[in-house]
Amino acid sequence: MQTLTFKRGVHPPDGKALTKDVPIKVILPKENSELFFPMSQHIGAPAQPIVQVGDYVKVGQKIAEAGGFVSSPIFASVSGEVVAVNRPVLVPSGTMSPAIVIKNDGLMAESETMVARDYTQMTNEEILAAVKEGGVVGMGGAGFPTQVKLAPPPGTKIDYILVNAAECEPFLTCDYRLMLEETDKLVEGLKIVLKLHPEAKGVIGIEDNKPEAIEKLTKACEGIENITVQPLKAKFPQGSEKHLIKAITGREVLSGALPATAGCIVDNVDTIIGIYNAVALGRPVMRKVMTVTGGAPANPGNYQIRVGMTYADLLEQIGGFKVEPAKMIAGGPMMGIAMYTTEVATTKTSSAFLCFTPEEAKIPEESNCIRCGKCVEHCPMGLMPIVLNGFAIRGDGEGFVKNHGLDCIACGSCSYICPAKRQLAQSIKSTIAIERGKMAKK
Amino acid sequence: MDNKNITISATPHIRSGESIQSIMRDVIIALLPATVMGIVYFGIPALTLIAISIATAVISEALYQKATKQKVTITDLSAVVTGLLLAMNLPASAPWWVPVVGSAFAIVVAKQLFGGLGQNFVNPALAGRAFLMASYPSIMADFGATVPADAVSTATPLALLKAGNTADLPSLTDALIGNIGGTLGETCAIALILGGIYLIWKQVISWRMPVTYIAVVFVLSALIGRNGVRMPVYELLIGGLMLGAFFMATDYATSPLTPCGQFIYAAGCGILTVLIRTFGGYPEGVSYSILIMNLCVPLIERYTKPTIFGALPKEKKEAKKA
Repeated sequence: MQTLTFKRGVHPPDGKALTKDVPIKVILPKENSELFFPMSQHIGAPAQPIVQVGDYVKVGQKIAEAGGFVSSPIFASVSGEVVAVNRPVLVPSGTMSPAIVIKNDGLMAESETMVARDYTQMTNEEILAAVKEGGVVGMGGAGFPTQVKLAPPPGTKIDYILVNAAECEPFLTCDYRLMLEETDKLVEGLKIVLKLHPEAKGVIGIEDNKPEAIEKLTKACEGIENITVQPLKAKFPQGSEKHLIKAITGREVLSGALPATAGCIVDNVDTIIGIYNAVALGRPVMRKVMTVTGGAPANPGNYQIRVGMTYADLLEQIGGFKVEPAKMIAGGPMMGIAMYTTEVATTKTSSAFLCFTPEEAKIPEESNCIRCGKCVEHCPMGLMPIVLNGFAIRGDGEGFVKNHGLDCIACGSCSYICPAKRQLAQSIKSTIAIERGKMAKK
Repeated sequence: MDNKNITISATPHIRSGESIQSIMRDVIIALLPATVMGIVYFGIPALTLIAISIATAVISEALYQKATKQKVTITDLSAVVTGLLLAMNLPASAPWWVPVVGSAFAIVVAKQLFGGLGQNFVNPALAGRAFLMASYPSIMADFGATVPADAVSTATPLALLKAGNTADLPSLTDALIGNIGGTLGETCAIALILGGIYLIWKQVISWRMPVTYIAVVFVLSALIGRNGVRMPVYELLIGGLMLGAFFMATDYATSPLTPCGQFIYAAGCGILTVLIRTFGGYPEGVSYSILIMNLCVPLIERYTKPTIFGALPKEKKEAKKA
């Protein structure tokens, strides 16, 4: 099949060799350790706690209810005693969020609410409810509540269900391992979504630097009429929702619009598996597969963790660091967030923990822009980062907005490619935050 | 675990290996074949001029930056490129002080006074050349004494064409390999083309500007001709066209950032080159046409902004109109 892609973008070295052949290993939280469940692990209203201090909770038990239409419930991933319900904790995005804290008793006693069902006998309403009650959110990083995405406003015709299996972030291999190790769950999960949208075609888009995954999924999808596997060119940001849609369907989601307006629903690999777990197995989102990688960790690999355990706990159990890290990143190297501590809880959207050695973490010195135009040539959104950088430096918000600054998807391709090592993405992102703040005030 | 030596920074956390220095190094590598051929044809005087020109460019950049208390940035190699390009635009017979004056003018006046690297609005080497042409026209046009020893004629092919003397023109092969009169870096078309291909391959420059420029000169020369003679292939190989199209017009600071703008800019260079060659007072029009188009860059960029991804239909239409 022809390999598809979008216009522009960059080709960073993929760094996946470190972990791509390391099978997923299950790491359970230490006994008596505290697990943190921030109420904001998704886009939308924070969840509302429904347990109290002193309650005993079991694995899979709901501990917080969705706080609105665009929101998602939260579930205990261990059994044990609730020791706090509103303790502010640091989340990977760098902000504080009130959290429920559970002390793990190590028994992993499972809640009786988790029962397997035959999804083929379920109505669409039942499926959507199961997705919602499974706490499924966009696990590629955005954390958008999945049940909202799966039920677009009436009148919207959905032609494509796209599985975002691009995994374009360098170093990350968690989705890749899931494709290889939980192939059937992925295909079944996609079938569930297609049951909701019977007229849509299911397409699994995978970058061509993962030939084994393409092969395995192609085989698994053989004979399924409405599912195809689509190889994509390995290029960053191929996994950006809008660019995945463009590459596979040729459709362009208009500025400021949602994918549904282009007749598409896009879900990440782990989200689809989450849908399968929630609907068919009755198991809510409690675990995540994370890639721990970079030059610093002693044992780079793919680890299935329990949501809520801290990075420190995970690290301790996998042998810690072989080199003192100079930079710790929650997420991939292009869009992940640099952290200053490992005492941070993993959430539903945690996908990687990248730790750089001092050598890898070096930040090159910024120099004059030489107007090479590479940022313009590579910006996947067709923006002119050099011009936006100018507006940002001068504090000219009006010019910034007029030149489509708010359309930036913060992929960082401009900063990556810049030979003068200018902090283009940084200046553009901060100006977006300032301008959005101004708009919200109005 | 808290670590005092931890770095916190904005995304992205990895950067491409390319730097200003590596780009400039590639430009120098790309210029090497033509430089070597210049030395082969014109001998030791050519080598001396190149050395003086580069040395002056680097020293004047360092002195200016020291004097104005700025960070000295000569290690980025951009001054070396300017010095080398200026030397390639000199006749081999020029006295030693000509590259000193030219390089110092290029670096101090055309580049540093406007803010240094990336801020100049005209190509420094071409500005230096234009300054020398205006100040010392006879020296800059004196190719007689220095044509390669076995070259067919003492006048440059450009001058011959201008005068309508097609009988004495050197052969096409001589023009290709550089066995003709001209400045010390412009004669060997094949070496310059090789260098240009290297730059495109290394993605230092895009094909858009050189290909458009050369194609426009080819088509217009075929249509208009000089003194009734139409020799489009010949017109491409002589004079400064290859040097200009691959190395001068593509100067980052003075060419458009927008892909669409690059086509317009290069087409403008091509049209002006042919017009000057055919109807102007000078036999050659490459440097002036590039300098003129340099000045149009801000205007071109303004009207050739790329269409954004997901542009609303209305905006798409407007973008097309502009």
